[in-house]
Amino acid sequence: MSELSVDHLLGIKNLTKEDIQLIHTTADQFKEVINRPIKKVPSLRDITIANLFFENSTRTKLSFELAEKRLSADVINFSASQSSVKKGETLVDTVNNILAMKVDIVVMRHPNPGAGVFLSKHVDARIVNAGDGAHEHPTQALLDSYSMREELGDLKGKKVVIVGDILHSRVALSNIYCLQKLGAEVMVCGPGTLIPKHIEDLGVKVELNLKKALEWCDVANMLRVQNERMDISYFPSVREYVQQYGVNMELLDSIKKKIVIMHPGPINRGVEITSEVADSDQAIILNQVENGVAVRMAVLYLIASKIQRNND
Amino acid sequence: MSQKLLLNAQELELTLNRLACQLIENHNDFSNTALIGLQPRGSFLLQRLEQMLSSEYGIKDLKTGLLDITFYRDDFRRSDGPLKANSTDINFIVEDMKVVIVDDVLYTGRSIRAALTALQSFGRPLSIELLTLIDRRFSRHLPIQPDYNGRQVDAIGNQKVKVNWKDNAGEDAVYLLKNEN
Repeated sequence: MSELSVDHLLGIKNLTKEDIQLIHTTADQFKEVINRPIKKVPSLRDITIANLFFENSTRTKLSFELAEKRLSADVINFSASQSSVKKGETLVDTVNNILAMKVDIVVMRHPNPGAGVFLSKHVDARIVNAGDGAHEHPTQALLDSYSMREELGDLKGKKVVIVGDILHSRVALSNIYCLQKLGAEVMVCGPGTLIPKHIEDLGVKVELNLKKALEWCDVANMLRVQNERMDISYFPSVREYVQQYGVNMELLDSIKKKIVIMHPGPINRGVEITSEVADSDQAIILNQVENGVAVRMAVLYLIASKIQRNND
Repeated sequence: MSQKLLLNAQELELTLNRLACQLIENHNDFSNTALIGLQPRGSFLLQRLEQMLSSEYGIKDLKTGLLDITFYRDDFRRSDGPLKANSTDINFIVEDMKVVIVDDVLYTGRSIRAALTALQSFGRPLSIELLTLIDRRFSRHLPIQPDYNGRQVDAIGNQKVKVNWKDNAGEDAVYLLKNEN
């Protein structure tokens, strides 16, 4: 297979296993490209991409922007803080205004779940979801699974635990869909208050004890506690959270096997993981960042290749 | 679909031998030369040339690499099917080196144009030459000609040249495929 089954990347839920594998193998080639002396290819020379960020983002935005530039696309950036959204314009109007400037692909982050799906039905451009509320963050899951595949090979039968704030995390949901499609077993671990009710229905295991979870898994993906999304207190204190769910070297050493530690960033050093763990050779956090550019290049390349050139 | 044999195994071997000798004439000990095969099909020709240069002519430590031109092609979003990428494997910089691009069939010249652009990502070579096994005469879209050529073939639009190698098809042979209608 050499073509995605979808026109937009809205979430991992709509992708097939073959789509994910195609994105991974295409990303392999782009990873080679971004390690050359000249890290740029002309593939998307005639494509214009708008990065619309209605919510703060630093690394995802940088990673997308670099991926777009490495593919030679024209890029325009838009962030809500400087925009007319505050003046009361609707999402569809804002985007249509931007599309009037002949934009082919929209990369969007939005605080509302489903914003990407909504937009894909109302505007004439390809949409890449860069995170919609607590719903999905597909490129993060693709780069996480790509990084795991690089460390462990085929993910079929591998065991992955996602630790921390599952309730507010779009990374968790996308990772669950993605890893399950690739045949991995998924467990979530965190305080009971931060684990969504009925999450077992997705086919994941739930474990409240961090040590047991780490003993079970091959990879631990540590999520950040999203204080900004918490309207009430979900745990008594940060100190208590660290004691129960923080990973330190002592804990890792007490486990018989060597597990891979991942983190989508930004890290709260000393909360989810200690500095020592973050800088250890078990952590592949910076590989994830590098792979992020290659995976996003693959996604944009494959989405763009489905836009038919207008010959008139 | 009928096929006509253009080169049998013995003729192919002879042609490879001649190409190897011509390369030696121009590149002596290959100390500053790199042979770059174009993915996917140029890799087989490159492999055979490399074997021949090393076993028959004692040229060791030949610098070789594989280049994939998918991301440089000029028919992205124009061709019917999507373009699938192959791997590139060049672990050296071609700065100030004599580069020979190796591909099996030269047709429109567009792949070679893409390869010339792609090579720029690996430095500024001293010179670039082109070696092809089969040159389909009169079908060029661009002003590109081979420096070393195995066999010139007159093939019209709907005909195809198929190069088989022991490694990928179980026999060494070159065929001209003709569409009956």
